[in-house]
Amino acid sequence: MGTVPSALKHCLSYQHLLKEQLWIGEPTAPPHPGQESQASGLPEYVKIVEVGPRDGLQNEKVIVPTDTKIELINRLSKTGLPAIEVTSFVSSKWVPQMADHKEVMRGIERHPGVQYPVLTPNLKGFHSAIAAGATEVSVFGAASESFSKMNINCSIEESIEKFEEVAKSARNMNIPVRGYVSCALGCPYEGDITPAKVAEVSKRLYSMGCYEISLGDTIGVGTPGSMKRMLEAVMKEIPLSALAVHCHDTYGQALANILTAIQMGVAVVDSSVAGLGGCPYAKGATGNVATEDVIYMLNGLGINTGVNLYTVMEAGNFICTALNKKTNSKVAQASFNTGAVKHMHV
Amino acid sequence: AFPQRVKVVEVGPRDGLQNEKSVVPTPVKIRLIDMLSETGLPVIEATSFVSPRWVPQMADHAEVMQGINKLPGVSYPVLTPNLKGFQAAVAAGAKEVSIFGAASELFTKKNINCSIEESLERFSEVMNAARAASIPVRGYVSCVLGCPYEGNISAAKVAEVSKKMYSMGCYEISLGDRIGIGTPGSMKEMLAAVMKEVPVGALAVHCHDTYGQALANILVALQMGVSVVDASVAGLGGCPYAQGASGNVATEDLVYMLNGLGIHTGVDLQKLMDTGTFICNALNRRTNSKVSQAACRL
Repeated sequence: MGTVPSALKHCLSYQHLLKEQLWIGEPTAPPHPGQESQASGLPEYVKIVEVGPRDGLQNEKVIVPTDTKIELINRLSKTGLPAIEVTSFVSSKWVPQMADHKEVMRGIERHPGVQYPVLTPNLKGFHSAIAAGATEVSVFGAASESFSKMNINCSIEESIEKFEEVAKSARNMNIPVRGYVSCALGCPYEGDITPAKVAEVSKRLYSMGCYEISLGDTIGVGTPGSMKRMLEAVMKEIPLSALAVHCHDTYGQALANILTAIQMGVAVVDSSVAGLGGCPYAKGATGNVATEDVIYMLNGLGINTGVNLYTVMEAGNFICTALNKKTNSKVAQASFNTGAVKHMHV
Repeated sequence: AFPQRVKVVEVGPRDGLQNEKSVVPTPVKIRLIDMLSETGLPVIEATSFVSPRWVPQMADHAEVMQGINKLPGVSYPVLTPNLKGFQAAVAAGAKEVSIFGAASELFTKKNINCSIEESLERFSEVMNAARAASIPVRGYVSCVLGCPYEGNISAAKVAEVSKKMYSMGCYEISLGDRIGIGTPGSMKEMLAAVMKEVPVGALAVHCHDTYGQALANILVALQMGVSVVDASVAGLGGCPYAQGASGNVATEDLVYMLNGLGIHTGVDLQKLMDTGTFICNALNRRTNSKVSQAACRL
């Protein structure tokens, strides 16, 4: 298991690549979450949560027009991705890139079987999201007091209270809520974050009704060592099937960290098409891990994602053209070339 | 369980510079190697004794070899594709050499214009001479996780070539994912096959990051007991088979991961990053190391 098909010959031209398929994994219905029938002990299926349109675009320098956002999301809907984070119902004063949240929510195609969660930092945002047609929301906590203060101007405890309001309303309306815990492997202000703190905040979010907790290495400083220690602590409080990892690739560690998480049984991974979204804390550095690179790895491990890698690359190509930037996905970089083969002597 | 210590083999000055577009002047190469020597790296691949007709970037091999400051306790292996190169290397002061095999017939044909079997015969000449001179030889096997011409490469083939090179007397076999297409799945399968033929203590991995998989592949190799990893400062050295794509994994990013795992390398990451900055300035290019890119302190 896990071999790369001989079709992947990247010295061939792009056109040739289209005909010979990349390993694409046709979308199929996912098996029961947590099912582990692979001898390797890895999950058989991993759910990919695509955060490019929100986390990605929010952290890009260039603001993208509403039509482009909608086009991006529509393209992503056709790739087999089961969840696409669409936008953020935050005041446009704070996040101008997401000012068109209503239009985007109303403008996108809603494919059956695909979730379109949106960020809602408080009750007001929640109501606005529901009015615009949202059927799933996310709340963003942090494992660092300093980060919470700097980011949303309140303590962790105060933020939890706000989220509880959202969770309560959501429960009444049968709207699922996903919880994020930021700074799970380190904080740009505090430095090291204890696994115990991450577990504590995760537990609060889970207890209030979040169906899934996405643990975010917000500044990408984590390594397989710190990822393992953090997950061990969190897994004592939260069932494995309710955990996700949201790794940033700022220090190039994302795939190794994701692999570590998967080896421990985590079966939900957040990523961003073309690796959209730089790091606001390290100028010029990268942020989100690229969806293409994650899928490439999962394909190679024989793990089903239901996602067509090739169509994701095309969506990545589309948005990078619109943003006038190079992709951050290495898979895309290696694949979208003219296949010039130079005969190098070793 | 991970190894307690990992030997990092720095290939930037050879594999890296050979695959960069700009040719670097001799004094810069020497300065690069001298800076790398100060970082604590135990092995630095210095140059290649190949005909300058084929590899003009390494034409100054003798000057580099004679010009560098060789620190005690640090090895400075050089590539020697044949007996002639070997003799030139020894004459220039080399104390360790490397030979390059491949697990792909087509790659071998296109690269050095002979079959795998013929290439091994050439190497045996080098091995004999090296043995007579008490010079250790490191063996590389290229295309272990895929070939730009043949596509899939069987793990059995990799094991076969590795075994031959090890039996010939190579003290270490570096398994190279030449085009970076491997994933933790294929790495695991390949290593399982090779480890049946070559003791894990004699194995190294040489991963390219062309598809972003290098650190994940290295992680799996470490989990299987491999404790020698090749890398290139600043991720020098693009991929000759995918224009614009990256090649070697960056030493800084590797050391960052090993540090985070509590694995001892003896390498000073800050000095390494400074060295990367130096060579990138000299090459007038951005670093490929994410750790270096991010090192605006938080």
